[in-house]
Amino acid sequence: MTDVTVLQETGPEDAVTQEVLLNLGPQHPSTHGVLRLVLQLDGEIVERTEPIIGYLHRGTEKLAEDFTYTQIFPLTDRLDYVCPPSNNLGFAMAVEQLLDIEVPERAQYIRVIMTELSRISGHLLIVGALPMDLGAMTVLLYTMREREMLMDLMEMITGARMHTSYIRVGGVREDLPDGAVDRVREFCDILPKRLIDYERLVAKNRVFLQRTKGIGVIAPEDAIDLGLSGPNLRASGVDWDIRRDCPYEIYDQVEFNVITRETGDCYDRWICRVDEMRESVRIIEQCLEKMPDGGFQVDIPTIAFPVDKDLLGCSMETQIHHFELSAYGFKVPKGEVYTAIEAPKGELGYYIISDGGEKPFRMKVRAPSFVNLQALEGKVGNMNYLADLIAMLGSLDPVIAEVDK
Amino acid sequence: MRPAFCDEVFQHFDVKIGDGGAGIDMYNITVAPEHVVELCRFLKEVPALSFNFLSDLCGVDHHPDTPRYEVVYHLYSITHQHRLRLKCRAADPPHVPTVTGIWSTANWHERETFDMYGIVFDGHPNLKRIYMWDEFEGYPMRKDFPLRGYKDAYNPFGEETGES
Repeated sequence: MTDVTVLQETGPEDAVTQEVLLNLGPQHPSTHGVLRLVLQLDGEIVERTEPIIGYLHRGTEKLAEDFTYTQIFPLTDRLDYVCPPSNNLGFAMAVEQLLDIEVPERAQYIRVIMTELSRISGHLLIVGALPMDLGAMTVLLYTMREREMLMDLMEMITGARMHTSYIRVGGVREDLPDGAVDRVREFCDILPKRLIDYERLVAKNRVFLQRTKGIGVIAPEDAIDLGLSGPNLRASGVDWDIRRDCPYEIYDQVEFNVITRETGDCYDRWICRVDEMRESVRIIEQCLEKMPDGGFQVDIPTIAFPVDKDLLGCSMETQIHHFELSAYGFKVPKGEVYTAIEAPKGELGYYIISDGGEKPFRMKVRAPSFVNLQALEGKVGNMNYLADLIAMLGSLDPVIAEVDK
Repeated sequence: MRPAFCDEVFQHFDVKIGDGGAGIDMYNITVAPEHVVELCRFLKEVPALSFNFLSDLCGVDHHPDTPRYEVVYHLYSITHQHRLRLKCRAADPPHVPTVTGIWSTANWHERETFDMYGIVFDGHPNLKRIYMWDEFEGYPMRKDFPLRGYKDAYNPFGEETGES
């Protein structure tokens, strides 16, 4: 231990300092879950950051090898639990590509509406949580108010608030219920007004600006090298969005802007998400306008359950298909596929190898949060103030359930 | 149907790489572990290819086929918006050179693959377990590792190891 009197006698230039190892987490309110950061500190400066993950590891990929394709949907819900429909969609699209089936147009519209709603849900959380990490509690309460509306919508449409499992192979589980379209429209009217409120509350707040502007800058080439994707990459100025560049579902039929910023600091990553919500609202409104009538799932009895449930009582064949589908699942042709979608956090990829059976031979999830979190390690996270590291972690928006799979 | 950008790769590497054929989603190239780094560097640095984004890197266990292990690289070019899949088979005990020098994002992907499959990435700066704890024995994603794990003091529902 340093003697206090020694410190007082010597000047600041030859003061005795000692490096400290600090454990941040695994239970810490600012880490957004069970994340542990081992920090090497020199005074208030973080010299080295090492994220220790795996506290929430559930072995999703190992479990998937023992589950049928339909049973895997609840597992995908639990990856990024803030926005389950996106996770469902990536997996469903991968399996559909292997099966070589085309989903009805109405189902594609419903899927896009649901994923965009879930994108808003995910962004709302982080848009409120980042200021909260920096000490501004109020805005989180407001964003939670809007998220509650979304949760109610999810419950109305899918029957579940969080783990929806709504998007299935071949379409969606149920058609939109009566009145859902009006409720979604109502939400789309309200949200942009509320976004202005958040910006008034936070985006011009001097404390927030000082804590985020110019903090945690990631250069575009570094961002690509680190494999960042989604808003984190676009905040650094890289104009890349899978929805626009490799359109899936009906994203090529709707108009929207890809939001990019220039600096790549914490503030840009935050404001990028606010603006993306506006674009999501635009996409949803166009989808509601254009959505055609028709089926909400493919008409293949070996893959999708019958739409007309009365048939189960009178048609032997329907009953057999229903039983087989429930008990054994469906077979997927031999092959492999990698499908990437633009999830709220970035590129969500599913790599599935099928050996021709009812269960995948291998399923790999390319979890965007896992890759994004890696940016904290190395030169981006080092040589910052400890308080700025919290801002950086928050602005990268990792969901630990997805990091740990 | 082979995309045009692949011709340059095949011309340059000739017999060092294999043609994996067109998949449902993207073209496949197979490569032996000793040529992985050379190939990846070429794919990233030649302007017509510029695969600057490593989407994903993962391991596959083809037990009981041999060579048993496979490392799969999913590459993407933000500049040209094309994708490519590289496959690298490795025999037991599996050793594959690291590509962290080319894409730093490979760091955690390789640690995960090492943790789950025991594939050693030679030259990796920090190759240790990422999900499992350091004292954990075995590699959980291998096909011969039981789904419920092995029985021990913390896991009464696991399978018997067969030794006792």
